[in-house]
Amino acid sequence: MIVNERVAIDHGLKKDEYSKICELLKRTPNITELGIFSAMWNEHCSYKSSKLHLKKLPTKGKKVIQGPGENAGVIDIEDNDAIVFKIESHNHPSFIEPYQGAATGVGGIMRDVFTMGARPIANLNSIHFGSPQHKKTKNLLRGVVHGIGGYGNCMGVPTIAGQTSFDSSYNGNILVNAMTLGLVKKDKIFYSKAAGLNKPVIYVGSKTGRDGIHGASMASASFDEKIEEKKPTVQVGDPFTEKLLLEACLELMAGDSIIAIQDMGAAGLTSSSIEMASKGNLGIEINLNKVPCRETKMTPYEIMLSESQERMLIILENGKEERAKKIFDKWNLDFAVIGKTTGSKKIEIYFDKERVADIPINTLVENSPMYDRKWKKAKLPKKNRIKKEDIKHLKIIDVLKKILANPNVCSKEWIWQQYDHTVMGDTIQKPGGDAGVVRVHGTNKAIAASVDSSAVYCWAHPLTGGKQVVCESFRNLISVGAKPIAITNCLNFGSPENEENMGEFVECVQGIGEASEYLKFPVVSGNVSFYNQTKDEGIKPTPAIGGVGLIKDYKNMITMEFKEVGNLVLVIGKTEGHIDQSLFARNILDEKNGPPPEVNLFNEKNNGETLLKLIDNNLIKSAHDVSLGGIITAVAKMSIKGKKGINIIKPKYLINEVEYFFAEDQGRYILEINRKDFKKVTDILNKNAVHFDELGTITENELYINDKTKVTIDELSTSNKSWLNKFMS
Amino acid sequence: MKSSVITFPGSNCDRDMDVALKKFGFKNKMVWHADAELPKSDLVVLPGGFSYGDYLRCGSMASKSKIMQSVINFANSGGIVMGICNGFQILVETGLVPGVLLRNKYLEFICKNVFVKICDKHNKYFKNVNNEVLEFHIAHNEGNYFCSNDQLKEIEDNNQIAIKYCDKNGKIEDQFNPNGSIKNIAGIFNKGKNVLGMMPHPERMIDTSLSGEDGSLFFKNLINNLK
Repeated sequence: MIVNERVAIDHGLKKDEYSKICELLKRTPNITELGIFSAMWNEHCSYKSSKLHLKKLPTKGKKVIQGPGENAGVIDIEDNDAIVFKIESHNHPSFIEPYQGAATGVGGIMRDVFTMGARPIANLNSIHFGSPQHKKTKNLLRGVVHGIGGYGNCMGVPTIAGQTSFDSSYNGNILVNAMTLGLVKKDKIFYSKAAGLNKPVIYVGSKTGRDGIHGASMASASFDEKIEEKKPTVQVGDPFTEKLLLEACLELMAGDSIIAIQDMGAAGLTSSSIEMASKGNLGIEINLNKVPCRETKMTPYEIMLSESQERMLIILENGKEERAKKIFDKWNLDFAVIGKTTGSKKIEIYFDKERVADIPINTLVENSPMYDRKWKKAKLPKKNRIKKEDIKHLKIIDVLKKILANPNVCSKEWIWQQYDHTVMGDTIQKPGGDAGVVRVHGTNKAIAASVDSSAVYCWAHPLTGGKQVVCESFRNLISVGAKPIAITNCLNFGSPENEENMGEFVECVQGIGEASEYLKFPVVSGNVSFYNQTKDEGIKPTPAIGGVGLIKDYKNMITMEFKEVGNLVLVIGKTEGHIDQSLFARNILDEKNGPPPEVNLFNEKNNGETLLKLIDNNLIKSAHDVSLGGIITAVAKMSIKGKKGINIIKPKYLINEVEYFFAEDQGRYILEINRKDFKKVTDILNKNAVHFDELGTITENELYINDKTKVTIDELSTSNKSWLNKFMS
Repeated sequence: MKSSVITFPGSNCDRDMDVALKKFGFKNKMVWHADAELPKSDLVVLPGGFSYGDYLRCGSMASKSKIMQSVINFANSGGIVMGICNGFQILVETGLVPGVLLRNKYLEFICKNVFVKICDKHNKYFKNVNNEVLEFHIAHNEGNYFCSNDQLKEIEDNNQIAIKYCDKNGKIEDQFNPNGSIKNIAGIFNKGKNVLGMMPHPERMIDTSLSGEDGSLFFKNLINNLK
């Protein structure tokens, strides 16, 4: 095939990018080389529109062992233990083929984690669908949930937490973000940096097929009416093979044969071989006739660009091939020496004794394009004033029931019951709480993890929204008694070529950076997904934040359900009555304008750290952060889970009842304490200048407001649990 | 007491079972599916997971593993063999216990706590258990037990039904059946009652911090009965 500008454009490259390639090579690339460039220079692999801004994120900290740039981030959890974790998107494939798209998303992120030597111990996910009324939503939701379960359940890794939302902006472009945590000994972490000349390059795992060719390029473009034609670019997952690959890799890693290891994810053999060589400042030579292929007559182009799953590339110490092969034979996996490291600093590909590609590695990596895209700053919208006549007919309990049944608030049990969340025998907090918690096997330590996003806030004001998501993650970890350590982010946005979408990206990243800096909650890994749009319509900006924290003694873990009748309930953090962009404003008042709630980082940190002090002093019986739906929704959820009622007395603030109960001011938690500890608790709160309200007392089985209005907890529970079951049946 | 847990390619509850058995006093060995001989054991466990990916009928590939001939011989000579979840599916495929396991009625994987009623206590597994009802945990996609009417009559006549899904008071009704199993069956014995296949995972219920403690009760009782 003759390569020219038109062919390059068909590969998703821009005109000037193609001229730059010719200039760098000092010749026209052949088709295989063009394929390699297009795979390495697309948005998904090169981060060309985002790099400039991602650099500003805080990535260092006392507990950070490895920040962004490796297969996943690594944090120290003491006693020579470390946690490896990352979140990644698989949005485009999941919209085209929900089961396989979601399944391979889960498979891919687990590989990123065990590539580093860690055994995966928990999975999480953040999934976002179009409006429930949209004709595709139900099938997409079912397919994605089956896909996530199908892969994770078979691997035997518990899915311990997640987030699901519905919004019409995802009608044509759903989001599927998968996160994995793995456990590794600090001195047994594996990296992807090649070292040494003439070291054997080993291919292990599944055979290479024609699936997923150009998957990464697909993920770097918008959808149009021809998306169905893109089905062949979606990879097909085989969790059984991945389970074997996991066990075989960990067995090999127990020895000392591996110099570097990298999974074949986006852009398959191309990006894995180039990244390893680039990090080691080496060259790499590969003979494609040695690559195990599933199909006959595969061309060099196809082999290099296939995204077949469950494959790894390893650089071994010389002479360790036999021992390594034995392990992979035992697990019935392919093992092939396909090349070696060289000093040429080039990638040289051979096929049928001919050299079919010869590219200096720096042209693919360091010389890849980087854009300072134009972006538009978002203005802070004007506040709305609630009109008395709009709310005077509203009954708090009726509104509460509506909110509990709202698709974005309702119980997601239908989803997480389909995920094995108890395998491995260490899940001590299941999905449905503020964060999932797993014990560090065989120790008293436990790891808490949650995944959050607030697209509505980010859409209303990206800078505030970016900060808010990080704070929400911080709060969710603290609510279960964990000390927050670090985050991973999955940045889902529209087209970077659109100034408004790019502005959303830039300002969300700025917000994330500010909050994570202030809270000492650094970003250690992540992924950017642009072009989440169909034709010209982009999604609401949806950065998803995966937070990880440590509980030193798992017996001190906190859960959210109310524990004991007679206990006192407090709210900490001040309620100012911010209604704009709240679930109440959007769904009850149908008011979609206005700014999101303000984020005060000082209060976030102070309130959170003070709560951790109370937990350390064993003064907290249950805790839950206040988020969507405000105080009363948070309290109702604690009641539902604990099967207990509460008698609420609204504090005598100036703001009205509706504002007090439904406002979404930030930095707040609901706490249950024993009455006899009241003085001890309030002394600590006062000493730390944390505002608190006495909200009420736990009762048998009814929720009372100001001694008059009441509703049974069973009734609230039914509102909360029935929507999703009905929707899916 | 010595136990053996068989690891098949795709087993994923083998470690959990190892942890549980050791916790309650068994000296456990992990046995590879391609081995020919079972080590000397008082108990053999086929653990949960997705042996061979469950790509063919669940359990059918594993039932033909090299080690299975020894397991079958061991069972036929009265040895205690327990299959949990995928292990139950493997047992069914070997013919050691009757019936088949179909896809769950609602076609969805299901992971949750359930109650089961003990239907027979004249066996090593449930003898001396004081409770009539246990809280166990299930996590499966193919746990819908089915057999022919003749087989059903036979297993009922022989008291081969081990446990049935029920509510916390032991009431056996359709609404407490999570997967559509015939007669709410959650576990069955072979004729000799030395072989037990069941869908619930007692190894996930061995700690108050986990889903519950009825698994502890089960294992403590089992080891005492085997002594």
